Amino acid sequence: MDWPLVQVLGTKRDKKADVELAAALYRDMILLRSFDERAINLQRQGRIGTFPPSLGQEASEIGSAHAIRRSDWMVPSYRDHGALFVHGVPLENVLLFAMGRAASLSTAVKALPTSIPIATQLLHAVGVAMASRRLGRDDVALTYFGDGATSEGDFHEAVNFAGVYKAPVIFFCQNNGWAISVPRARQTASETLAQKALAYGIQGARVDGNDALAVHQVVSEAVARARAGEGPTLVEAVTYRMGPHTTSDDPTRYRPADEFLEWKTHRDPLLKLGGFLLERGAASESDLNAWAEEARVRVQAGVEAAEAVPMVRPRGMFEHVYDAMPSVLEDELHTIEEVTPDA
Amino acid sequence: MPEMNLIQAVNATLDAMLGSDERVVVLGEDVGKNGGVFRATDGLFEKYGGDRVMDTPLAESGIIGTSIGLAIGGLRPIAEIQFMGFLYPGLDQLISHAGRMAARSSGQVRVPLVVRVPYGGGIRAPEQHADSAEAYLVHTPGLKVVVPSTPYDAKGLLYAALHDPDPVVFMEPIRLYRLGRQEVPEEAYIVPIGSARVVREGTDISVVTWGNMVAVAERAADALLGEASVEVIDLRSLFPLDREAIWRSVNKTGRAVVLQEAPLTGGLGGEVTALIQDGAFWSLQAPVARVAGPDIPYPPYAWEDMYLPSPERLLAAIRRTLQD
Repeated sequence: MDWPLVQVLGTKRDKKADVELAAALYRDMILLRSFDERAINLQRQGRIGTFPPSLGQEASEIGSAHAIRRSDWMVPSYRDHGALFVHGVPLENVLLFAMGRAASLSTAVKALPTSIPIATQLLHAVGVAMASRRLGRDDVALTYFGDGATSEGDFHEAVNFAGVYKAPVIFFCQNNGWAISVPRARQTASETLAQKALAYGIQGARVDGNDALAVHQVVSEAVARARAGEGPTLVEAVTYRMGPHTTSDDPTRYRPADEFLEWKTHRDPLLKLGGFLLERGAASESDLNAWAEEARVRVQAGVEAAEAVPMVRPRGMFEHVYDAMPSVLEDELHTIEEVTPDA
Repeated sequence: MPEMNLIQAVNATLDAMLGSDERVVVLGEDVGKNGGVFRATDGLFEKYGGDRVMDTPLAESGIIGTSIGLAIGGLRPIAEIQFMGFLYPGLDQLISHAGRMAARSSGQVRVPLVVRVPYGGGIRAPEQHADSAEAYLVHTPGLKVVVPSTPYDAKGLLYAALHDPDPVVFMEPIRLYRLGRQEVPEEAYIVPIGSARVVREGTDISVVTWGNMVAVAERAADALLGEASVEVIDLRSLFPLDREAIWRSVNKTGRAVVLQEAPLTGGLGGEVTALIQDGAFWSLQAPVARVAGPDIPYPPYAWEDMYLPSPERLLAAIRRTLQD
């Protein structure tokens, strides 16, 4: 069985592409790029902690997130803040998380909080999707993970459960080539990640993850199948992590420079989609510049909002652990408050 | 009031829960047509169908992880892990997610999940079928852990677990499943999580224990009738602990033995012992003794009667503590 890479941009299919959609995707992608560049600076200045930028993966995150509606569940990993923005999470919440606060990433948004342990969140996506169906809704769950996650046991268990129960889940794998320093070839002997779908008896698709329109199209088709009760889809978006794993990582230790340059120069998702918009006359250079400026203004507002949030107090780390705080936690809190000024 | 044993109480309670709340779903390995390996879900598949009493693929992390999603998605999942020794692949989901989701989301996302886990030895089972792994769970912030030792408490604690907004692990003492019968009210009731039970009152020494070991403590207390007055405390709730009940008892008796089935080192009994120093130190007339499983893997069953804390070992510890 063949797993062709679905592409729209640069193929004859882009003649029929929706330019308004393309412009909307581009504006969210430039917002994500702008956010990441600012976040890296903030980390270098010590204003936020460790941060995992999405540089290079903007088309995957934004294209996929635009394919679901607000009543659908989004179940992210730790590098999917761009998708979360699209789903309604405020920029400042993501910054607060990077500032060491347990920001309520889910405020009024049907998204689960950032999940650090690899592939574990895929099972939650299966569960919320099954619950939606059981409650008579046609909402689906879109969950995010990387190529490294396909090596984890929970990836297998989640995709297998979803297949058995025909759960309305889209497993969106961003194959960005690297799991920190370990290349994709070291994760699996499979030629593609999409082909794993075959073993689970579910639909699979492979898409150019730097082609926002292709990602949007493939995920939209998967969403439509899930909504119609036709079960889950495993989508492999072939993309590239143009930045470090996190701000603590130095990719020059392991990443071939020519590989990086090839992706950055010829396959940057923003250049691809921006070029398409210019070529089609859907936007001018000054439009693109104006959108970039708009993005910088929004990011600045997010930074100001995050930095205006008051300092944490001891109670904050205790009060949500249980719905009603057990007396032993109350006692432990008091021993900390006793020695904390302004507690 | 019908009389039933502990496993029948679990079965009847699950039945009532499925019957009265559409959000309740039961899932696990062999819980469907087979009715569970201990028959805890006997007859429920036929009554409520496979969409609510779900046989799952054979994957414990999958069962717990999916149940976390079901709970967040608005259902009330009651997951069964077949034996506590099979819980380990699911510990990651309990530790990394069930216990942390509420804190991680500043209380926006709660996980009202119940995980039922038969535990403990004494049933001549193969390896891995007899573990008492509560220490991992009580050391996991964000979880609650309960264990009934009577049919009445099984029902009341299971209702408390179902109605709790937080994830609760409901341990079931395998050896007590069919040991005794008790009248159990037909209507729903709650045994509050965090409340211990005074199994029998006494004045000379307190035995603090839980689960399977409650029966051992009672046999030792019976054997000492006329010799010493033993108070037996069944903790019922392993997290949070009923600290006041422990302190009340030991402040009265002045002596204590803490009895656990699990291996000694790092066990919950050590925490209970430390708590006794916190709240009853000045009443103590002797060092607090601990009786526990040894620090070895649960042995093949030819050895299990020697491995498991017995009434004889408990009696010896009680007598030593009374002489101090």
